[in-house]
Amino acid sequence: MESIIVENICKTFKVKKNRIDALKSISFKVEKGEVFGLIGPDGSGKTSLFRILTTLLLADSGRASIEGYDVVKNYKKIRKLVGYMPGRFSLYQDLSVEENLQFFASIFNTSIQENYHLVKEIYQQIEPFKTRRAGQLSGGMKQKLALSCALIHKPAVLFLDEPTTGVDAVSRKEFWEMLQRLKTEGIPILVSTPYMDEAALCDRVALIQKGEILSINKPGGIIAGFKKSLWAAKATEMYDLMNAIKKEPDVESCYPFGQYHHITFKTTGTEKSILQQIISNGKYTGVEIHPIQPNIEDCFMALMKE
Amino acid sequence: MEKTSVITAEKLTKKFGAFTAVDSISFEVKKGEIFGFLGANGAGKTTAMRMLCGLSIPTSGQATVAGFDVYKQTEQIKRRIGYMSQKFSLYEDLTVYENIQFYAGIYGLSDDRIKEKSSQLIRQLQLQGQEKKLVRSLPLGWKQKLAFSIAIIHDPAIVFLDEPTGGVDPITRREFWTLIYEASSRGITVFVTTHYMDEAEYCNRVCIMVDGRIEALDVPANLMVNYAAQSMDGVFLKLARKAVRTAD
Amino acid sequence: MKQFFIFIKKECLHIWRDGRTLTILICMPIVQIILYGFALTNEVKNCKIAVFDQSKDMATMAITSEIAASRYFSLMNNVYSYQEIESSFRQGKIRIAVVFPNGFRNDLLHTNHAQIQLIADASDPNTANLLINYATAIINDYQQMLNNSQQLPYTIKTQVRMLYNPELKGAYNFVPGVMALVLMLVCTMMTSIAIVREKEMGTMEVILVSPLKPFRIILAKTIPYLIVSILNIASILFLSVFVLGVPIMGNLLLLIAESILFTATSLSFGILISNTAKTQQVAMFTSMMSFFLPTLLFSGFLFPIENMPYPLQIISNIVPSKWYYIIVKEIMIKGLGFGAVWKETLILVMMTLVLLGISIRQFKIRLE
Repeated sequence: MESIIVENICKTFKVKKNRIDALKSISFKVEKGEVFGLIGPDGSGKTSLFRILTTLLLADSGRASIEGYDVVKNYKKIRKLVGYMPGRFSLYQDLSVEENLQFFASIFNTSIQENYHLVKEIYQQIEPFKTRRAGQLSGGMKQKLALSCALIHKPAVLFLDEPTTGVDAVSRKEFWEMLQRLKTEGIPILVSTPYMDEAALCDRVALIQKGEILSINKPGGIIAGFKKSLWAAKATEMYDLMNAIKKEPDVESCYPFGQYHHITFKTTGTEKSILQQIISNGKYTGVEIHPIQPNIEDCFMALMKE
Repeated sequence: MEKTSVITAEKLTKKFGAFTAVDSISFEVKKGEIFGFLGANGAGKTTAMRMLCGLSIPTSGQATVAGFDVYKQTEQIKRRIGYMSQKFSLYEDLTVYENIQFYAGIYGLSDDRIKEKSSQLIRQLQLQGQEKKLVRSLPLGWKQKLAFSIAIIHDPAIVFLDEPTGGVDPITRREFWTLIYEASSRGITVFVTTHYMDEAEYCNRVCIMVDGRIEALDVPANLMVNYAAQSMDGVFLKLARKAVRTAD
Repeated sequence: MKQFFIFIKKECLHIWRDGRTLTILICMPIVQIILYGFALTNEVKNCKIAVFDQSKDMATMAITSEIAASRYFSLMNNVYSYQEIESSFRQGKIRIAVVFPNGFRNDLLHTNHAQIQLIADASDPNTANLLINYATAIINDYQQMLNNSQQLPYTIKTQVRMLYNPELKGAYNFVPGVMALVLMLVCTMMTSIAIVREKEMGTMEVILVSPLKPFRIILAKTIPYLIVSILNIASILFLSVFVLGVPIMGNLLLLIAESILFTATSLSFGILISNTAKTQQVAMFTSMMSFFLPTLLFSGFLFPIENMPYPLQIISNIVPSKWYYIIVKEIMIKGLGFGAVWKETLILVMMTLVLLGISIRQFKIRLE
């Protein structure tokens, strides 16, 4: 059962004399009870897409529906049943935790008590601070409060726009754990994030770059779709190594990936020998070479270049 | 051959009233090193960096940057360092070339040097033909690379980078780090703070701050072994969970 | 309904917790009323006058002492030559000079004909005229006093009654004008910022994606400021009566009711601005610039509207403060009742409804 249907959505912004194509014919579907991730860097179009789906922006062309309601014609209905958490959390800074939650419950004509079971696990973590002003909370606590406010009216669909940006690593991890538990309620969740490693925590992901979808699949499927062979190499002299590898004609790409460089080749079968040749041509210490499985980031970068 | 230390800190402390933002940290950074400074917001990273940049006087402890004392010689320090942060941006309504001219001028380069450096920079970043474009019209990744290049246009001994790679696509991020590698190979020491744990792995050494104190300081590979983690992310999580201070 | 009330409650909490803004909102009217009330006056008081007395007799002394006693004039030292008069004018030491010729009293008594010369600094013609008039009045009084002992043929005695404001206090004219000005400014500014702030903070996005209807958002944002305005009205009236000495001749409740109506009009203007302004700064700037000057010029308390060119008179009709100024004068100064102001009241009501209607219509239900 599809909860969110997006068909060929296009959106262009005109800023002074420039035309910015924010979204170029985006299409995808989200099922009930699915955690669907929209993965892409800043400027890829995630926020524009979210705003179109939550009826805050009109697309230039294309269609979209939420729970069967068209985002243009039935926007009033959609606004009643969607839970929306925009970037930067949009809480009232000078109202307390409790007051924020009460407010968001009331404007949806419900009360905190009615749906408390939905937010209980999350809210309990910030309940000791319920009289504190929202502006004085840490990033992680704001995140939990914003999520509670989005959930408190028992939405049929949840839209979370970059909920983990600007939040410390521990809270990020906890947040995704909370999302997994929400799945059991059957609420479909559309999440956007610039962090590639969070893709693995979704049921399905759409990789988006410059307004275009590069790929839609389960995380495992995306990795399986990486057709090239991928090797990792390291040495104490990382910079020199990288330059040497890049000069090699058979090498397609060589990118730093922290402790190792990730290298893709144009041909298969000769990777190891090529790398060994490069190593012996120079003066390197602490060398390590081995093939590796790609992660989402490798896939994203390969797709970007296509 | 022992490389010289460009930054030394000994029991460096900063207190704001009763609140100790930075609690007696000690470390050394060698010339040409890429030194990573990790920690949650509120852990004290920015405060520590400010003291090293000569922007904030410590409460107690010692530190020298490029051989100059952080208490008494802040002006000399400022002349020998470069700085770039996510918040600090170039002037959006000036062109690429105008920005280069402006900052090079502030850093005290002569007109000839400015010309020389500008063309070098533009070639290196492959911005030929874009010199007259307003910075505003450049994609985020280009802006960041340009900002970094400008931050080191005067060949400083050390460049301080405060969360420089927020939000850009993975390829641009890596191109940025390639610039950092290149600077490091030229002998410029890079002191960088970041949220991205995998970027911690680019660093020669990494220092993790929790609640104002240094909880770990080592080569990334060693840290991963010591904390039995697959990645720096894992190391950081193990350390950060101990944090008492809630960040903002 | 509960939705509506909780929104009002939220707005009240915002106002209450923003201590700095709240202080400004409540203190600004008070400060302005006092400042303008005392500073703005088209009366001329204590103007420096010099006397060149070439006669120094009983008559000149009598007139001089009348001048000195008058609250309009402040007598400088006597001068002794025309050059001194000229240099005093040039140095700005005096605004007006009186010259008595030699043998003034003799002339007056024996030839029934005496001359006095009045010299005024007409670089400000209005003030110069006033001063000449005051001085002439004093001289005529003296003449009157002399004449009272004689019977003159064909005397027309003009009896003057200054209605509503016998002492000709400038405050009676200015205070209603300042009330209009201050209320308009503060109210427009308050609401113009209120909506824009939500846009800037990002919370507007979230409340748009909710069942809240636009007109409820607008009303809920206006009502708390109405309450603050009532406080302001009370303080302004209090100051007007007890500090500036302007009595309330008419019905106090009617005055308060009309004031509340006027604040509603001003608040609606603010909402209109906030629909189009993108940042709080623009909102504040627009409400100050586009309302301060027109209100000052076109409400009629500084410059009479009847004296303006016809097209400007028409423009003045759309400035709400013009109508409020009339209403306040009728009620406060003349002590009239609703019957005298029903037309102006109706105009204000219509304006408020139209403004609110446009604001609601124009309210952006989307973000673009």
